[in-house]
Amino acid sequence: MKDSAVQGTEGARRELERGERVRAVGRALRYLGIRSLIVVLTVMVGIYAAIWVTNLGGVGDEDRRADIRAMVALGSRGPHWREMTQEVREETLEAAFQAAYRAADLDQPFFLRSFRYFGQAVSLSLGDTRFHTLSGSNVVRDVLLERLPRTLLIFGVANLITFLVGLGISLGLSRRYGSFLDRAATLLVPLFAAPPWFHGLFLIVIFAIVLKILPFGGFLGTSIPETSLAYTLTVLKHLVLPVLATVLGTLPYAVYTNRALFLIHSSDDHVEMAKSKGLRADRLQRRYILRPVLPAVITNFAFLAIVAWEAVIITENVFNWPGLGALVLQAIQMHDVSVVIGAVTLLAVLLGVTILFLDILYVVVDPRVKFGGGGDA
Amino acid sequence: MDLIKHVATGARRYPSITVSLLIILFLIGISLYAIICIPLSDAIEMWNAPPHELFHMPRSVPPAWTNLFRREPLPETWHVPMEQFEFTEGRFSEAAGLTAIEITFDYSFTTFPSGMTFFYDVDYGSKRPILTLTWIKPDGSEEEVIREIPNRGSSRYNFDAEEDLLVRPSVDGEPGGKDPAADRTDRATQGEYTLRVEAITFEENEFAIDGEIIVYGSVHGVAGTDYRRRDVATALFWGAPIAIMFGFLASIGTTLLGFTLAAIGAWYGGWVDATLQRITEVNMMIPFLPTIMVVGFFLSTNLWVLLGFIVGFSIFTGRLKTYRAMFLQLKSAEYIEAARAYGASNLRIIFRYMIPHIFPAVLPHLILGIPRFVFLEASLAFLGVADPQLLTWGKMLSEARSALYQGEYQSVLGPALLLLLTGLSFSMLGYTLDRIFNPRLRGI
Repeated sequence: MKDSAVQGTEGARRELERGERVRAVGRALRYLGIRSLIVVLTVMVGIYAAIWVTNLGGVGDEDRRADIRAMVALGSRGPHWREMTQEVREETLEAAFQAAYRAADLDQPFFLRSFRYFGQAVSLSLGDTRFHTLSGSNVVRDVLLERLPRTLLIFGVANLITFLVGLGISLGLSRRYGSFLDRAATLLVPLFAAPPWFHGLFLIVIFAIVLKILPFGGFLGTSIPETSLAYTLTVLKHLVLPVLATVLGTLPYAVYTNRALFLIHSSDDHVEMAKSKGLRADRLQRRYILRPVLPAVITNFAFLAIVAWEAVIITENVFNWPGLGALVLQAIQMHDVSVVIGAVTLLAVLLGVTILFLDILYVVVDPRVKFGGGGDA
Repeated sequence: MDLIKHVATGARRYPSITVSLLIILFLIGISLYAIICIPLSDAIEMWNAPPHELFHMPRSVPPAWTNLFRREPLPETWHVPMEQFEFTEGRFSEAAGLTAIEITFDYSFTTFPSGMTFFYDVDYGSKRPILTLTWIKPDGSEEEVIREIPNRGSSRYNFDAEEDLLVRPSVDGEPGGKDPAADRTDRATQGEYTLRVEAITFEENEFAIDGEIIVYGSVHGVAGTDYRRRDVATALFWGAPIAIMFGFLASIGTTLLGFTLAAIGAWYGGWVDATLQRITEVNMMIPFLPTIMVVGFFLSTNLWVLLGFIVGFSIFTGRLKTYRAMFLQLKSAEYIEAARAYGASNLRIIFRYMIPHIFPAVLPHLILGIPRFVFLEASLAFLGVADPQLLTWGKMLSEARSALYQGEYQSVLGPALLLLLTGLSFSMLGYTLDRIFNPRLRGI
C-alpha cells in the first residue's frame, strides 16, 4: 500500500476496506458485463445457425413453396377459371405462383434472406400463423408469448425443487456417509437414468388412471375457471405431474454429483482443522464444506438445467401442457416454419438467460471472481 | 491390459459392476437371439401388417407366463382344422344332396378364451348351396347359428365366446335352458363342443368347404400381443440390438471425436483452439432437440442419418470443454516435455501420449453416454421421429401410449422395462467406473 502514513488510524483502515469492496464489486460487474456480452453474441450466432439448420439446405424453402402453391391454387377456383383453356389456366396459375414467390422473397438466394429471417426472428415479428392464443390472436409473437410463461413455470418450479431439495438431500447423505440410507440412495440413482417423460408415463398411470386424483395432462381442463383463485388452483393441479416427472428425471443425478463433491471436500485440510477444533457438525457443513463447494455445485446444476430444457420439450408433449415445447412439435408437424423459427429463437434466448443467471449466481457465491484471481467459469 | 486389471480389481470391490455386466450380457443375449433367429424383414413386415393379416393372433392379451400367477390358467390360442374330421355325404334326390361334417374339440379350461372364430372357404360349381352351422354344447343343446347361401371364397363366423362356451342351468329340465338368473360372469363349461356344418347342395361333387376354428387364447407367447394383434415379443427382441447399437455408436462417436478434437485444440492452441471453443459456445446455444426434430420431420427419419446429426451436434458441448481442461493440465506434464525433447511429432504426442493417458477418465463418460443416447432415440421416436423401417422400443412406447391409458399394459411394460434395464445397467457401470478411474472419487 502506498500511503502507509495514514494506515495506523482506524478511519483510514475503514476507508481502505471500502475501497477494496468497491473494487471487488467493479471487478464482478466487469466480469458479468463481459460474460453477458459473450452470451448475447453466442445466442445471436446460435439463432442464425438455427435458421440455416431449419432450412436444411433448401428443404425448408421447398416446403414454403409447396405451402404457397397450395394457398394460391386454393384461391384459384371459380367460374372464370373454369372458362379458361387448360393451357391458359396453367400459365395464369404459374404466373400467380411466381408472383406469390416474389412476394415472399423466395426468388432471392437463401443467403440474403437468412439475414432478414434473422431480423424477424430476433424481433419476433414473424407474421401470422395457423395457431392462435386463448384470446384468438393468430400473430406468431402473441402465440409465442402466451406459451412462454407456461414453459417457464414448469422449468422454474422443477429446477428450483431439484436445486434446493438436491442440495438438502446430498448434504444429509454426505453427513451419513456409509450408512444404509446413503448406500441405498447411491445404488438407486442409476434406476432414474431415464428421462422425465419416461417417468411421466408411469406417473400418469398411477395418479391419473389408477388413483384418479390428478389430471392426465393439459393446462386448464375443459373450461376456463372464472375466479383467479380457481384458475391458480386448476393450473397448480395440472402442474404437479409434469413437475414431478421432471424432478424425478433430474434430482437423483443432482444428488449423486453433489454428494460426491461434498465428500471430496469434507476431507480437505481446513475442514479437518475445524473438526479438530470441535466445531458443530451442521456449522461445519454450512460454512466449511458447502461454502467452497457451492461454485462447483452450481456448475453441475448448470449442466442439468441445460439438459432440462430439452427434457421440458418432451414432458410438455406427454402431458399436453400447452407450452413452447408442445408448440414446437406441432409447428414442425404442420410445417409452420415461422413458428418453428420463433420457438427455436425463444428457446435459444432462454438457454442464454439460464446460463447468464447461473453466471450471476456464480459471482455471488464464488469469492475468487470478486477478489481477483478470476473465475474459470 | 492395465485397464482390464483395473476393472477386474474394481469388480471385486464393487459388486455393482458384476450386476451391471450381467444385465448387459442379458441384453446382448436378446440382441443375438433377435439377429440370429428372427429375420429383420419378417419382423418389420409383421409389425407393419394390417390387423386382418394377423387374424390368427389374439388381440391385446397378456404374456403366457402370467398363468404362473393365476389360480385358473388362461387358455392359449389353438386351431381346430376341419381336415381332421370326415364328411358324410348323402343325396335326397336327383337334384339335392347333403354334405355334413362335425368339428369337435374338447374345451378344458374354466376361463374363457379372448375370442373364437370359424374361418371357412366355400367353393361350388354354378348352383349355390345352402349352408347351416349348428353349435352343440356338452349338454347336448343345439343352436343354429348360421343359415345362409354363402358366397364363393372366405367368410367367417365370430362366436360370442363367453356365451357359447357356457352351459347354463335349465329352468324346466330341458337341455340348453337360458336361466336368466345365471349371469355372464360364470366360468366356462368344460367338455366337448361341436360345430356341425351342413350344406345342402344342388349339384354333384362340385361343393367343397375347408376351414378351421380358431380359439383365441387369453394369453400369448413371451410378451403378449397388442391392440393390432402383433406379437409384442418380436419387436421387443429386435429393439435390443438397435438400441444398443445406436447408443454404442452415438456414444463412441461423440466421445472419441470430442475427445480427439479437444486434444488437438489443447495441443495446438491458437486459432485451432479458439475456433473449436467458439463452435462449442455457439452450438450450446442451438436448441438441440427442436433441431433434431426438424431434421427428422423435414429431411429423413432414417435412423443412421439421425445418428449422424445427433453425433454432429453432441460433439461440441460442455464435455469438449471438460476434456480440453484435462488436456491443458496434461500439456505441461514432464513426460510430455520429455517426448517433445526427443523430437516426437505433434500427432505422435497427441495420439500416443496424451489421449491414452486421459482415456481411463473418459471411459465412464463413454459408458454413461450409451443409455443417454438410447433414451434420446426413444424420446425422438416418442415425439414421432422414428424410422419406419425399424422396430425400436421408443416407437413401441409411442404407439402403445393410448393403449396404456386404456389399461393394456403388456405392450408398454416390455419396452419400458428393457429401456429401464439398459439405463440401469450402463449407468451403474458408468458410475462405478467413474469411482474407480476418477482419483478424486476413489474410496467414496
